[in-house]
Formats: sequence, structure tokens, C-alpha cells
Amino acid sequence: MMRDPGDPALFAAIARATRDALAEAEVNLPRDVIAALEQARSRERNPVARGELDQILANVALAAERNAPLCQDTGVPVVYVTLPPEIACTFSLYRAVEEGVRRATREVPLRPNVVDPLTRKNTGDNTGPGIPAVHVRPGNEFRITVLPKGAGAENVSRLGMLLPTEAGTIPRFVTETVLLAGGRPCPPVILGVGIGGTFDGAAALAKEALLLPIDSMDQYEQAICDAVNTLGIGPMGLGGDTTALAVKVRRSACHTASLPVAVNVQCWAARRASRVVEVPP
Amino acid sequence: MNLRTPLGDEVLDLRAGDRVTLSGKVYTARDEAHERMRREGIPFDPRGAAVYHCGPVVAGERILAAGPTTSARMNAFTGFLLEAGVRAIIGKGGMSPAVRELLRGRAVYLAFTGGCAVLAASRMRLSGVYYPDLGMAEAVWAIELDHLPLVVGMDAHGADLFAEVGEKAKLQFRRLSNSTEKEPA
Repeated sequence: MMRDPGDPALFAAIARATRDALAEAEVNLPRDVIAALEQARSRERNPVARGELDQILANVALAAERNAPLCQDTGVPVVYVTLPPEIACTFSLYRAVEEGVRRATREVPLRPNVVDPLTRKNTGDNTGPGIPAVHVRPGNEFRITVLPKGAGAENVSRLGMLLPTEAGTIPRFVTETVLLAGGRPCPPVILGVGIGGTFDGAAALAKEALLLPIDSMDQYEQAICDAVNTLGIGPMGLGGDTTALAVKVRRSACHTASLPVAVNVQCWAARRASRVVEVPP
Repeated sequence: MNLRTPLGDEVLDLRAGDRVTLSGKVYTARDEAHERMRREGIPFDPRGAAVYHCGPVVAGERILAAGPTTSARMNAFTGFLLEAGVRAIIGKGGMSPAVRELLRGRAVYLAFTGGCAVLAASRMRLSGVYYPDLGMAEAVWAIELDHLPLVVGMDAHGADLFAEVGEKAKLQFRRLSNSTEKEPA
């Protein structure tokens, strides 16, 4: 039987899963990210950079201990939903996710970050037209994944419509993005790279690349990451060996005359978490 | 070195790259607070004061999270604070060459590790607020600090760690570009 997210019990379950995923993401950094920070700390040769990485690791531990948000920029909620065949994709699904964001804002609590783009008036509850951004995909289980995205790193993200013959310059484009960003995105960063698709599709791919675990990189990703780290920008732009923790790439087909490339920059506080919606009987 | 507000000429002894701690009072200020202070006057005594680029998460009387925001957004609004006697700007990412010149002979820029909001909050006690109508992130919060660990990013003698690192990064980027251009396609 098809279930409607407008059904009050299911609506509450979706809101709860969203709220719980946000609460988890904001407080506890994923294990792979902590491991990458620890490895970076053990390799780092610059004393100022080592101090910065120590403070980051101390902050991660303290946030978990106090059940407090890691960073005061609790971000804007970006939400990915996988929907199994028996759950209908209705407006109520979106309303339920929004309700979960409102609850997390009150209960975690999160800083109200969402404003009208022109009047800059704050909505007070981290929702607004188009926010949270909810991306729905078909899947086997009813799962809600959140990626709260801070502004410092988002603001230095970049999109290029390269020439089809310029595929070889993609690593240069990514490295240049990090150069232009300097210390502003709170390095060490993670770089989500979207290659191909359309103008908007490349950006969406770049963001989705940030959902991938960073405990491994393929050769292409590793080569870009190594090039970025030779820049020496270091944690917070104060210098050091650790500028990027990882590069993750996602590809999609594209027009024969296009080569869209997007780089979504993620600060070290790479917050993501996921919850399965407990569908009530 | 352990610094305490109100700050005086001891800030002139600091050098870019030094690790320090800061205790005493700081005032948070972001974009909108800077605009209002410039228009209506500074609501606290700026002499020897420290201003922190930060929009904290506050619950009642408690500061839960209070890491730094990107200082560069305040580049154009910083002169009036330094001219009024502010001796330390705290933030992340560094500031413009114009601010570097304004710091000369009077003040320093102190970097706090971006994102380390709980670590910061663990060294803070809330003592008051100005401009609460600007909202939680943009209000000016008066905060009592207990040994906040900082790095001198820009000193009062024109040294600027961010600029030095940026220049080296630019050179390295040029080297990388040249070497890839020479490679056969």
C-alpha cells in the first residue's frame, strides 16, 4: 500500500529523522573526517599549523563531550532523501523535512542563518523559500541525509564552463580555487568536485561529492589533493602542509561542446549524518 | 604571552606567528554591528578594547558556540574602531593591506582557529549585549574571556602571516602551472 507523508504519524517520523540527523551532524564529526584530521596532525611540520590542528581536535572532542554544535555557523540545511517505492513523493514530504529543521533549530539549538536574499530579513527558523534544499531520489530505504553547509567555505566555491579541450586543466582550476580562497574557507578543506553535466548539474555533483567518505581517494583525486597541498596555505591560511584533507570527484556525461567543472569547498567541519525514517505501521 | 584587556603598548611587542592567550572583555561584531557603530557611535569604551568577529550561538545567559567569522568582510569598516583606540581585532582569515597599515604602531590582528566554536565558548562568560534587535548573529555581545588561545596573524609593525603565506602560495601555483604546461598532452 502506498503511504502518504501527510499521514500524521509518518509526517512526525520524517520530521524526527531530519531533526535527529541534524542534531548528530552538528555535534559529532564523522569518523573518517576525524581520522583525516589526526593523520594530518601527525604529518604536519609547521608549528603554527600543528597548534591550529590541535585546537581543531580539542574542539571536536569538546563538542562531543558537551553535546554542543561544533561550529557557531551551523550552516544552511541541505537534505538528501531516498524514497522507497511504497512512499509517495508529495508536498507533505517537503513540509515534514522543514518541520524537522525547525525542531533542530529550537532543540540543538542551531543559529538561525536563513534570510531573504535582498531584504536580509531573518526567517528565524532556518527555513524559507527553497531552504532547506531537499533532493529526493528513488531508493531501497527511506533515508534522510543532512549536510549542514557553512557560509565561509560555500562563499569561495566556484564554477567554470571550461572548453571541451581543457580537461587537462581541471586540476589547475581546482588548485586555483583553493589559492583564491586562501584562509577564508577554514582550511584544511575538503574539495567536492563535479565534472560534467550542465551548469547547475556540475554544482549539484560537487555538493554530492561531499557526501562521499574521505578515507580513500583514487589516483586522480590524490594527484589534485597533493597539488593543492604544495600551496602551503595551511590550516586557517596561517601556513603549513595541510591545506586539503581530501578531494572527492563525481562525474556525469555532458554536451560535446561543454565541460562544466564545479568546486564546492567544504571547511574542516565536514558535517554530515544520516537517519533511516522509522515508518510507523 | 598572556594578554589582558584593557590592552596597551604591550601589543606592540607581539610579532606575527606568536602564540598568545587573551583574557578580559571582548565585544563581538559582524557586518551589521560595524555599520551601526560607524553610524551611531561605539556603544562600549573602545580604548584598549578587543573586538571579535563572531556571531555566537547564545542560549539564555550561556554561550554555546562562538568561533570566528571571516574577517575580510569587515575590511572597509575597521578604521574607525582602530582610530577610537581598539587594540586587538580577533577573527579568522586575515584582513586587507589597508587594515595592515592601520594596525601599524597601535594594534594587532589575532587569529582564532575557525570552527573551534565550543573551544572558544569553554573560555567565555556572557556579560551583556548591545543591539539585540540585530538578532543573535549580528548583535554585539560583551563577553568575559579566560585565556582564549590565539595566534598573532598581523602585528603592529606591518608583518602579516596571511599575506606571506598567500604570496608563497601564488608563486607555487605559478610553478605548478608552468610545469603542467610543459607536459605533453
